[in-house]
Amino acid sequence: MFPTPVEKTSRTWQLTYQSLLPVALFLWLMPLIAVMVFSIKPDSDFSGGNYWGWPSSFEGFTNYGKVFFESQMPRYLLNSVFITVPTVIGAVALSCMTGFALGIYKFRANLWIFFMFVAGNFVPFQILMVPVRDLTVDMGLYNTKTGLVLFHIAFQTGFCTLFMRNFIRALPFELIEAARVEGIAEWRIFWYVVLPLMKPAIAALSVLIFTFIWNDYFWAVVLTQGAESQPVTAGITSFNAQYRAAYHLMSAGSIVAALPPVAMFFLMQKHFIAGLTLGAVK
Amino acid sequence: MSETAHTARNADHNPSWLYRNRQSIAPWLFLTPGLIFFAFYVIIPVFQSFYISTFDWNGLGDMSELGAQVGLANYVELMDDRKFHTSLINNVKWLVLYLLAIPAGLFISLFLNQTVKGIRLYKSLFFFPFVISQVVVGLVFTWFYDPKFGLLNVALGWFGIDSINVLGDPTLATYGVILAGLWPQTAYCMILYLTGLNAVDPEQVEAARLDGAKGVRMLWHVIIPQLKPATFIAFVVTIIGALRSFDLISIMTNGGPFGSTRVLSFYMFEKSLGEYGLRMGYGAAIAVVLFLIMLVFIVYFLWSMYQEERGR
Repeated sequence: MFPTPVEKTSRTWQLTYQSLLPVALFLWLMPLIAVMVFSIKPDSDFSGGNYWGWPSSFEGFTNYGKVFFESQMPRYLLNSVFITVPTVIGAVALSCMTGFALGIYKFRANLWIFFMFVAGNFVPFQILMVPVRDLTVDMGLYNTKTGLVLFHIAFQTGFCTLFMRNFIRALPFELIEAARVEGIAEWRIFWYVVLPLMKPAIAALSVLIFTFIWNDYFWAVVLTQGAESQPVTAGITSFNAQYRAAYHLMSAGSIVAALPPVAMFFLMQKHFIAGLTLGAVK
Repeated sequence: MSETAHTARNADHNPSWLYRNRQSIAPWLFLTPGLIFFAFYVIIPVFQSFYISTFDWNGLGDMSELGAQVGLANYVELMDDRKFHTSLINNVKWLVLYLLAIPAGLFISLFLNQTVKGIRLYKSLFFFPFVISQVVVGLVFTWFYDPKFGLLNVALGWFGIDSINVLGDPTLATYGVILAGLWPQTAYCMILYLTGLNAVDPEQVEAARLDGAKGVRMLWHVIIPQLKPATFIAFVVTIIGALRSFDLISIMTNGGPFGSTRVLSFYMFEKSLGEYGLRMGYGAAIAVVLFLIMLVFIVYFLWSMYQEERGR
């Protein structure tokens, strides 16, 4: 193991390390902790210039209550859910199939199609912006959640295919050969043999795509406007415009907007990390 | 082998064409839905953008009717556009400085690669910044830099340094935004290296230790070579992240002050959908330049992947 495990080092270094850990973490997360402190402070603390002192009263419930009951925030959150969940389902479903096709079958165009998906996943968003916006407007889906979902599904399929294909490649191919000897139809091989083995990959991709889409801001701004369809990332900017200089409310709003992917991460940590390493680092 | 088995099984009734060719048809059936989506929303739009970039068009109505074909005029205009130059230079700054996330991530991962009690929670909390949206990161850092109450200036005050308005100073603003971007990106690289360090061969480390290697030399000659796959992915995601930077700039400075924090992705948006009017053709031309820069890296990534595929 590298670096040398602290258990095997001097007592002094052990103690230093143990005390260094929380300090380092505190410094690392300081900007975030600051926002958390802001979000429970009363309004008067800000007008009185008490930015970093102890909160003069605990107003967490009032502040978060305002976010949930006196703003459009719940609406934006709900929009985010209705954009994110269908995208995850769609992209994972499509890429299970493309990943299966590219991971199992040998045909001439295989590697080219695979590289097309990979390359497409890396292109800058701006090169797609004008045509995708036009396409969405032409289909009558501008400023709808559906329009956003369809694009997200399509774009994420690139990354998901990369991931799924590599995952399927690593499965024991003898299983598929054995199934073929048995004369099982190809779609049954997909459904009954490969899909059950893909569960970890599906879980990893789901959490990852959930986070990516939840945090998307660019496409939300390009394809939607207004509270009826915008997700929370775009909504937070209008929320902030509404409560300009009300730092306690803006902080509370930001934390609410950031929370779902954070919760997702802590609940599904193992899968999340497997997904981030693109399945390449085991 | 499997072919003979099928023929034997189906010898008594004549198998259909579909059945005989199912191994070559099946992949295309599985690919079709994904390919249709991807073609319509990703592949074709890339080429459309190239085409749109030769037009003068305000985005309203049909481009072939209401737009004017101008050839390469948009690109000629870009050559003399000072805002474009600023954006390009800022993109280079982003690319170079963003790569600092890789050594920084490696450093933190080495710090955290221990087995003391509670270390798992520490690792997750260090990773935290990557999970929250860049919009929130942007807000958090805007306040962090705030000249009046920002933590940065509070800290500077302890050392008797006058407060600086990072995001209001054209020479500093871009670096301020990049630093905000480095925060989540370092967390990403850290997690890549933590996973990579897990896979480092302990026997090699022990062998090197017996040979007297330790510290930086051990890291450089034994550990880093074994972390190559992690480094490659860290490099890929960092380059992509640097060139995609948009959210932070939009939230923290909106391109300002005096346009000093623009990058190509932001300038493109500004030109086609922003307050400076709807110049879709000009915007598309900027996007094409950004795409071509990215293409250099995409080709390199694919080339590396291709080498690895062949090596299998």
